[in-house]
Amino acid sequence: MNGVGLVLNFDTILVILAASLFGIFVGAVPGLTATMAVALLVPLTFYMDTIPAIAAIVTTSAMAIFAGDIPGTYLNIPGTPASAAYVGESHALAKKGRAREVLGINLVCSVFGGIFGTIILIVVAQSLAEVALKFSAFEYFWLAVLGLSCSIFISVGSRTKAFLSLLFGILLSTVGLDMMSGAPRFTFGVPDLMAGINFIPVMIGMFALNELMGYYGSKSEKKTISIVDNDSVFHNVPRHIKRYWRNLLRGSSIGTLIGALPGAGADIAAWISYGVGKGRSKDSAKYGTGHIEGIVDASSANNSGISGAWVPALVFGIPGDSITAIVIGVLYMKGMNPGPTIFMDGSGLIYALFIVFILANLMMLPIGYMAIRLSKLFILTPSRVLMPIILCFCIVGAFAINNSVVDIWLMLIVGLVAYLLAVNGFPMAPAILGLVLGSVVENNFMSAMLRTGGDLTSFFARPISAGLGIAVILLWCSPLLIKAYRYQKQKSERASL
Amino acid sequence: MTITNHSLKIKTLLTSSIAAAVMVASGAALADYPERPITLIVPWAAGGGTDATARTIARALEEELGQNVNVVNRTGGSGVVGHTAMINARPDGYTLGLATGEVNMMHWQGLTNLTYEDFTPIAQINYDFPGIQVAADSPYESLEELLEAIRTEPKGTFTASGTGQGGVWHLAFAGFLMDQDIPADQVTWIPSEGAAPAMVELVSGGIDIVPSSVPEGRSMMEAGRVKSFAVMSPDRIPSFPDIPTTKELIDTNYQVGEWRGIAGPKGMDPEIVATLEAALEAAYNSETYQGFMDQQGFGTEWRNAEEFGQLMQEMDSVFGEIVEQVGLAN
Repeated sequence: MNGVGLVLNFDTILVILAASLFGIFVGAVPGLTATMAVALLVPLTFYMDTIPAIAAIVTTSAMAIFAGDIPGTYLNIPGTPASAAYVGESHALAKKGRAREVLGINLVCSVFGGIFGTIILIVVAQSLAEVALKFSAFEYFWLAVLGLSCSIFISVGSRTKAFLSLLFGILLSTVGLDMMSGAPRFTFGVPDLMAGINFIPVMIGMFALNELMGYYGSKSEKKTISIVDNDSVFHNVPRHIKRYWRNLLRGSSIGTLIGALPGAGADIAAWISYGVGKGRSKDSAKYGTGHIEGIVDASSANNSGISGAWVPALVFGIPGDSITAIVIGVLYMKGMNPGPTIFMDGSGLIYALFIVFILANLMMLPIGYMAIRLSKLFILTPSRVLMPIILCFCIVGAFAINNSVVDIWLMLIVGLVAYLLAVNGFPMAPAILGLVLGSVVENNFMSAMLRTGGDLTSFFARPISAGLGIAVILLWCSPLLIKAYRYQKQKSERASL
Repeated sequence: MTITNHSLKIKTLLTSSIAAAVMVASGAALADYPERPITLIVPWAAGGGTDATARTIARALEEELGQNVNVVNRTGGSGVVGHTAMINARPDGYTLGLATGEVNMMHWQGLTNLTYEDFTPIAQINYDFPGIQVAADSPYESLEELLEAIRTEPKGTFTASGTGQGGVWHLAFAGFLMDQDIPADQVTWIPSEGAAPAMVELVSGGIDIVPSSVPEGRSMMEAGRVKSFAVMSPDRIPSFPDIPTTKELIDTNYQVGEWRGIAGPKGMDPEIVATLEAALEAAYNSETYQGFMDQQGFGTEWRNAEEFGQLMQEMDSVFGEIVEQVGLAN
């Protein structure tokens, strides 16, 4: 009961409202990300009480992750990396005049995912954290390999091109200090490159700048965003939920679990959920062409991932993603030390925190609806006004993540390369995943090898690791196995004739 | 307790009046410093221990100087990026940085040319010493047992983690082994992105030892997953009174840790340095700063500009020796 009182007061509610609007704005502007929004909040939280401070962070991150879908749908530019997995899907539907329907289902899935993740956090935080702690370098290696394999599997079009795009991303991931030997690689004497290539400027370049250049490149045809959005936001939602409730539950579960793993956040959760959804769907051929099912998979996963990331953060003080890495610092500063004691100190703070989570996610419905109605702005604003504004935010966003001018150049160069690649039919998604997961694969592989003295069988020596390893190998062999199965079937059919 | 608090207050009062006097005396040209906000560069990520320390001292410093002190994180490259940004700033006193012990390590490993000589030291505000942490289900019950096993088992039997290759806890731990007449590479170092992921590896059974600072293992210790045998500090840490020092246990004077202090680029005006030094001393002694550090279990240690410069110089050769022995010299 103590917790309720801590949340339901004027200050906290006001903070939640303000943070909602802030989160929606940051999420909906291409180039600005949820992590950045939370980092910007850190100095402000100094001057707030514990609960309003946490409320501000929870609300901002949840809202930003949802709002990232808005420019994704209208402009084919994801507002945050977590929307990148299904931006093509949403935009394809928007072009068919179903923009609001897409955003409506996005919103409902986000709210559901967020609340699902919160319930898991409340009920089984401690046992789930237990599972996450069983993951060592061996397991992370396989998980990252699985993620990389998914990126090829879910891409539309040529698999060879997807694979080459993935290699491009992995190449970028090798820049910077090699964590194992401490030696600089491909830094060309630029100190900023020692930090490696941050994926935020790359993502902005690949999606936003690429799209901008596409617009100017085809200006002769007087290209405008030909989207009508007079459809209803919520009208079709019950029908879709009824049809795809399994995807909704599966996406939320995958999202919570991936979020709970230290180091993997909402963005990776969305990719993997989308990949799994495509693999298990009856209509997997429709994925990528504007199919609601994939949106349900991924958009429930990214918001549940946000909640899931709090599991190891609260139970062990280990960040589940880049947002909770910042959160832990704020918690410490507020004297709310993460760890098992947080669940039993009797001050009701933890219950207040849970209530904040639920409240923030519920608040998403009305404010999200408002945002969807307002997003008509993307259509009403003439492209020649909108595009330069987006370019400004791209530059600000690339700079702000590390306060580094080098990142702006990086964004511009990657944007140019991405434009050339996109014109020639190379998908962008595998490159992004390659950049994000490349170093995860490498570092965990090297770390495992260092530990076992180069014994490759150690990847199958631990139960979870062995299971993941077999899953990956089966995935790789699946096209071959399917072909072999069909061939056998045809042969026996012919024989029976 | 009350007496120390009281004397602390008197000290604060004294130093701030001295600061005021210095400011009045410093003449017309600089009398107005600082007349605009100051930027404080932090070479580590938002949300971590260094970042929290920087933000707390920045807030206390704001009260002393009457100007905003904005914390800017420039992360990556094992600290190279942030420290390079510090020394490349204009030495006008409006861009400072929270320099960390990596200044004494990076150049030995050939990562950068910058050394402590490229900085204007202003004041040291914090010193954290490594502890010896193992998993709660580790078969070893004491530091002595663990050291004996490390000594007798073949090289590479034990693994440790907590920073990247050549990071502070790697070098501090290697130095500790050397101090115990054990070869620096007897324990294999598994590089990680920091103490938090290393703690996960420790608990999941992937590694044997995490020689990070003790507060970095706090929540895992409270969860009963990790135990700390000892801390390599001169005295016990007040917020972890049950953890003995290595001096108590095995009578060694080896004390190498991570210092953190405020510094600017080379060539700052001595009067500005004096102004900042006085303001920092008051900020260091403030309730805001001391209360926060005490609650976190972070070590506080004050050195003025001159002493801080000496510390940087002394530690440089200490780390040079360790880097050489570990085989990372470049």
